[in-house]
Amino acid sequence: MTTLSAERLAAIFVEVADTLVDDFDLMEFLHMLADRATDLVGAAAAGLLMADAHGRLEYMAGSNETVKLVELFQLQNQEGPCLEAFATGAPVINVDLGQAGARWPRFAPRATAVGFLSVHAFPLRLRQQVIGAMNVFGDRRGGDFTGADVPIMQALTDVAAIGLLQERAVRHGEILTEQLQGALNSRIVIEQAKGAVAQAAGVSVDEAFRTIRAYARRHNRRLTDVAHDVVAAPDAVARFLGR
Amino acid sequence: MTDRVQALRDLIAAPTTPWESTGAVLREVCHATTQALSAFGAGISVLTDDGTRGVYAATDPDSERLEELQFVLGEGPCIDAFAARRPVLIADLEDGAVARWPGYATALLADGMRAVFAFPLQIGAARVGVMDVFRERAGPLTGHELPLALSFADVAVEALLNRHRDAGALDGSATEIIRTPALFQAQGMVMVQLGVSLGEAFARLRAYAFAHDRRLDDVARDIIERRLRLDRDLS
Repeated sequence: MTTLSAERLAAIFVEVADTLVDDFDLMEFLHMLADRATDLVGAAAAGLLMADAHGRLEYMAGSNETVKLVELFQLQNQEGPCLEAFATGAPVINVDLGQAGARWPRFAPRATAVGFLSVHAFPLRLRQQVIGAMNVFGDRRGGDFTGADVPIMQALTDVAAIGLLQERAVRHGEILTEQLQGALNSRIVIEQAKGAVAQAAGVSVDEAFRTIRAYARRHNRRLTDVAHDVVAAPDAVARFLGR
Repeated sequence: MTDRVQALRDLIAAPTTPWESTGAVLREVCHATTQALSAFGAGISVLTDDGTRGVYAATDPDSERLEELQFVLGEGPCIDAFAARRPVLIADLEDGAVARWPGYATALLADGMRAVFAFPLQIGAARVGVMDVFRERAGPLTGHELPLALSFADVAVEALLNRHRDAGALDGSATEIIRTPALFQAQGMVMVQLGVSLGEAFARLRAYAFAHDRRLDDVARDIIERRLRLDRDLS
């Protein structure tokens, strides 16, 4: 499935390795990773789960709202490819969701209901340590991973995991915990901002997210910061939509 | 561990809990956290976006003084955790902390403290305060201690949010609030509908769910699907 040029591929890997910057934003990074993974293999969507301080997987980022709901469903029902990849540390490749009813009786029908035909999952890992997992969904027949797809995707998630763990190695053990907890809270802020924009603009939460994200990109600001601005005060969202 | 967290939740939710006892509940949270983390003591301060700063509860007078000192000096992990909206975990105060907080870190070290851990009390953008834990030995929180501290911080958030509720809005639910994206989205929608803060929006959602004997996440779902508006349908 990989159709990207070598230059583009190289650029993506450099981007994913670039975590040791002062204004590193974990949420922005994970959204970027989900988007790049989707582009890389022409997938329909990608979603990322990471383990919190309790060792429980939490939904962190997804390339769209549909994949988010599927990921949350997976967590709620405690079954699915991401949980398997996280538990075993090994990727789950080319599973035909139409044939996966026995393996995941609740997850498979839910994923096919929203149009996904195939699924893959890659652990975010460094050696024995698994810190999360990424799901990649396909919506085309014959869209299976072939040739270099699997090693490339696993390399991408490995590089991301190394980048995240490097934070810990370079700046002592506490930084990643602080960032992860901060990111979990940022995710809540983003949901709150989506609700505020959806209500004030009379649009869906999905559309609200696109509005916030487009604004952040246009003004070269971090998603988290824009979301904070939107819910800083009851009337902040009106100002946000007005500009 | 879960038992201790649940016992505290029960205490908060008890219908007999009078308003004035939020401080007592938070003191309980401080004691429980101190014990779970083998710490010297703990303190909880209320900080808000409008500039309120103050110690609300502490395990003992020494911890209260250490907590208060951050506001006197205008620096410290509590202030940073509030500003950055994430924990500040200092496993060894002798490793760079004096450069970060010249006055405060020096004072902590002089009092025999070697580590400090600050946890923001917040739900997304709704911030209510910070819990600080002081320890006399250096070293990071273990994989067992960190989740405990975060659970106790959650209990403190619930206690502080409950403080604002009307006496009639006691919901009596002792279980952990299930924190789903739908709940947070609904919180943002209610903020706009009612023109209130996020913290208030959360309290209103809980009050509505209680008054109508419904699950919080069901109410949230109805709000997102626009089957329910709290400004129009509020009882």
